[in-house]
Amino acid sequence: MISLQISQVYFSYLDGLVLHDINLSIRAGEMVGLLGPNGSGKTTLIKLVSGILKPGQGEIRLDGSSLSRLSRKSVARSLAVVPQQFHIPFAFTIGEVVMLGRIPFLKAFAEESKVDRQFVANTMDLVGISELKERRFDELSGGERQKVILAMALAQQPRLLLLDEPIVHLDIAHQVEILELVKRLNMEQGLTVIGAMHDLNLAALYFDRLILLKEGRIWADGVPAQVLTEDIIRNVFSASVRVEPHPVTGVPHIVVMPKCRQD
Amino acid sequence: MLAKWRDGNRLILILLLLGIGLVLFLFLASAFGAVTISFPNILKMTLNKLAVFDFPATWMSVDETIIFQIRLPRVIGGILVGAALATAGALFQGLLRNPMADPYIIGTSAGAALGATIAMMLPVNLAFLGFGLVPVAAFCGALATVILVYNLARVGNKTPIVSMLLAGFVVSSLLAAIMALLISMSDRLGLNLHSVYSFLMGHISVTSWGQIAVIAPLVIGGIISARFFAFHLNAFSLGEEGAAYLGIEVERDKILILALGSMLTAAAVSISGLIGFVGLVVPHAVRLSLGPDHRLLLPASALAGGIFVVMADLLARTLLAPVEIPVGIITAIIGAPFFIYLLRRTRQEYAF
Repeated sequence: MISLQISQVYFSYLDGLVLHDINLSIRAGEMVGLLGPNGSGKTTLIKLVSGILKPGQGEIRLDGSSLSRLSRKSVARSLAVVPQQFHIPFAFTIGEVVMLGRIPFLKAFAEESKVDRQFVANTMDLVGISELKERRFDELSGGERQKVILAMALAQQPRLLLLDEPIVHLDIAHQVEILELVKRLNMEQGLTVIGAMHDLNLAALYFDRLILLKEGRIWADGVPAQVLTEDIIRNVFSASVRVEPHPVTGVPHIVVMPKCRQD
Repeated sequence: MLAKWRDGNRLILILLLLGIGLVLFLFLASAFGAVTISFPNILKMTLNKLAVFDFPATWMSVDETIIFQIRLPRVIGGILVGAALATAGALFQGLLRNPMADPYIIGTSAGAALGATIAMMLPVNLAFLGFGLVPVAAFCGALATVILVYNLARVGNKTPIVSMLLAGFVVSSLLAAIMALLISMSDRLGLNLHSVYSFLMGHISVTSWGQIAVIAPLVIGGIISARFFAFHLNAFSLGEEGAAYLGIEVERDKILILALGSMLTAAAVSISGLIGFVGLVVPHAVRLSLGPDHRLLLPASALAGGIFVVMADLLARTLLAPVEIPVGIITAIIGAPFFIYLLRRTRQEYAF
């Protein structure tokens, strides 16, 4: 099982500081949502945890070992990333795309084994894309493509799944389908999940712990009811909202108050 | 139909078929030329030469000289050139995710051409293993240009692909301008324009086994090493970030793949000048008929590239005999319409 320790991490791009003194610890099996306005550092934090960006200062530890000391390959065997979208310029079939997720486990001249193929087939069943196997990636709708990318990430057998706003381009049915699936894996298999999210209501429904970033700092961290309050949302997003309990689950439900109708 | 049949046997079968095709073209191209020599005679000569059999000679001894000293080195040279260019094209298209990528895209052609031209002006006449100064200068010019382009595009410890394409374009333009200047002063510089032209249009200039002995290990070694990067290139089709998520050391592998592709290209241009379209069209055609998996794409492109150049060189030697057409003209005349056909046939389905 994985646990993640982020200690005193700073990160800046050439044009300015993006993350400021981030300290976080995430236990194995947690499902954590990263929230915050555009430019607050959510994606940067995901990229730091995935290891493709290196912190300017501070340290990130994955299961106790420093991320900067691990090879890309061993990182790819522990964690997988689902970004907003992938563009694939070649006409790979869906089966081939999902099989790409086995690359961290393959030796240079080896073919994928029966085990790899079985694992990929099971993953495609789980995500519900088995009937698309022979279709080509560029023929699919955005929602189907994102399921394929999720299946590819799961084919990496990750213990930590990082989601970088994976559902922003999708319709509501696909958004819910993907979150339901991730939640099920989290509950049944103990998959640790960290997901950057834009939709506060969906985040409240599916994530147990929410971390709110503002201007590169952690502003709030806790269960949805602690983080999604009217005060905090006004401070962080400069948006005027009302927070009510969700009619079924009781988690905070954010109701937007349109300025033009407030008379 | 083949595209639907996806397993290990399919890979072996396709490579076997292409390999047989290559051997057939090797014989075909050896048979025809100024003198036609029959297939049975070629086969007997070869078996005699390999000391497998001892057939009585039913041919003139000059025929044997033509086959073994003139045609075979040239045909094998053509195979090596085609295989090297097609493999380099597949490597660069996969790495750069760019449909117009070919072996020359990052400046190898301009560097090789300038190197060769300068060598042609020098009054020295060195020869080693059948190599004059020109092929050596072309080889070095190609590699030096790629190194320059790579370093120009480098920012910190990263080399963004867009910067590399731009740097390649700018450096190529600059070298082409210097080249044009040299050509415009050819009278005063004692430059033989026919030789320059022949290099630019592509011409397989293998005249001895010594050249093959140097180029073959480079090309065959390069093709085998390229196959090592098949998974990496599959991962690169997700982009550099996606490749990193799959465990690829992006910057390290980028430089290795570039170095390999450039070495293959430099080896090819040193014995053939600038043969166009092979490195662009062959990987596209293979990808469209067999799928984009680089494990099959790389070796299949190498074999198909070999067939394509040998066929084009055969036409170049025989169509207007005794006049020899530059082989690059044949590859362009066949390659360009074929490429347009591929693009139109698959416009909807081939989203690059």
